Amino acid sequence: MAKVVAVTGNEAVAEALRQVNPDVCGIYPITPQTDMMQRYASFINNGKVDTEAVLVESEHSSMSACIGASAAGGRVVTATSSTGLALMWEMLHIASGDRLPIIMPVVNRALSAPLNIHGDHSDAMGARDTGWIQIWSENGQEAYDNTIQAFRIGEHMDIRLPAMVCMDGFIISHSIERMEYLEDAEVKKFVGEFKNLHPLLDLDKPKSYGPLILTDLFHEYKRAQHEVMTKVKGVVLEVAGEFEKLSGRKYGLFESYRLEDADIALVILNSAAGTSKDVVDAFRDRGIKAGLLKPRLFRPFPYEEVAAALKNTKAVCVMDRADSFGGYGPLFMEVSSALYQLRNRPALINKIYGLGGRDYLPSHAELVLNELDGIAKGGKINVFKEYIGVRE
Amino acid sequence: MKAKGWKDLPEGSVVLEGGSAVKFKTGSWRAFRPVWKEENCINCLFCWVFCPDMAVKVKDGKRGEFDYDYCKGCGICELECPGKKGQKAIVMIEEGK
Repeated sequence: MAKVVAVTGNEAVAEALRQVNPDVCGIYPITPQTDMMQRYASFINNGKVDTEAVLVESEHSSMSACIGASAAGGRVVTATSSTGLALMWEMLHIASGDRLPIIMPVVNRALSAPLNIHGDHSDAMGARDTGWIQIWSENGQEAYDNTIQAFRIGEHMDIRLPAMVCMDGFIISHSIERMEYLEDAEVKKFVGEFKNLHPLLDLDKPKSYGPLILTDLFHEYKRAQHEVMTKVKGVVLEVAGEFEKLSGRKYGLFESYRLEDADIALVILNSAAGTSKDVVDAFRDRGIKAGLLKPRLFRPFPYEEVAAALKNTKAVCVMDRADSFGGYGPLFMEVSSALYQLRNRPALINKIYGLGGRDYLPSHAELVLNELDGIAKGGKINVFKEYIGVRE
Repeated sequence: MKAKGWKDLPEGSVVLEGGSAVKFKTGSWRAFRPVWKEENCINCLFCWVFCPDMAVKVKDGKRGEFDYDYCKGCGICELECPGKKGQKAIVMIEEGK
């Protein structure tokens, strides 16, 4: 039986981790994640979990400790945000290259400078090429559900890759929402016993991690890493199917909201998708066929599926809560690549919104949907990439 | 030996056996060669302890000759060697001289 609770996003993810009860947890504080690991540390201190906490002096060390523990043969977690994730950068590549299924909630926050502690996606977008699986969450419920599913995906014997579960800093991490917890026993059964692939602590079979691989084999290792990523989509859907049976909550590679017959659509990640759906409804009430696509699996990116979902639209705006200065927003680049493969494709524009936690308002979605409506009716595209909600 | 294709590789470039460094000879990296002077050797085996590879051979507890296949010429053995009466038992000599 599900338990209905009113909790913050951080609290919900800490609870998911408690229910999984991993072997080792690297802990280092950074706003807005701090409160999640603080709660988890309480679980450890109060004997609610058997996890060994490794208190480290930086995020670089935290990920290093996780890599060691994972290679040793444990089920391993950590969590971070913003510059903490940036400081892990070197080790993120090692975790994925060594094929270690470390699970890491990332509470999305802006990167310095200027210093800012609020929610935007610059941190995780900066880590998109590190070889980690990335699963994004709109609200506390999704963050909780995705965290539990991430263990099954990353630890799958055909995958063995680390996975980040992203949610918006403060907007989700610190806001209380109504949500449903699964029973401890249900989660335990769902994630199952941790299975090892090449544990260092299997002393009868000595082995080494992290050898020097030069021009003779490196290219082949990266090709093999690419191959694994191609299998992730299938596993994500398989795990989502099982999770639906358990929870009644349906997940896919992305969420399609009123997209089937839509003329215009927004593509938008995480919490702002919730705000946008209300505005999509308002446009539908006015007889304008608006829809929304909310990516869930960002790495690997489901190009074919996204293209198929958007192929009948006339105009699409990709909304980015991160910028690639001198380029388009990171989400735009992916959607643009996906749509290019279509013979007939919608007009495509890019809006940058909500950086450093700037509020994303229904009026912003309204502005963009009106612009798309104009384009869909034959209007010209004036600007391909534009900041919205910004003071002139 | 046929070079491995990408489908033949172990996950995460893990080396799935112990002691495999013996297959990888690094002697060609060397610019300086350690030379053992037996007359100054007190058989302390510091060189054997400190050698980061397996270039110092020991048999029946006795210091033997260098195995240059595994010596990169790092010079740690020379540095650590206490020698006898101030005379080093290991000296580094430039290769090719």
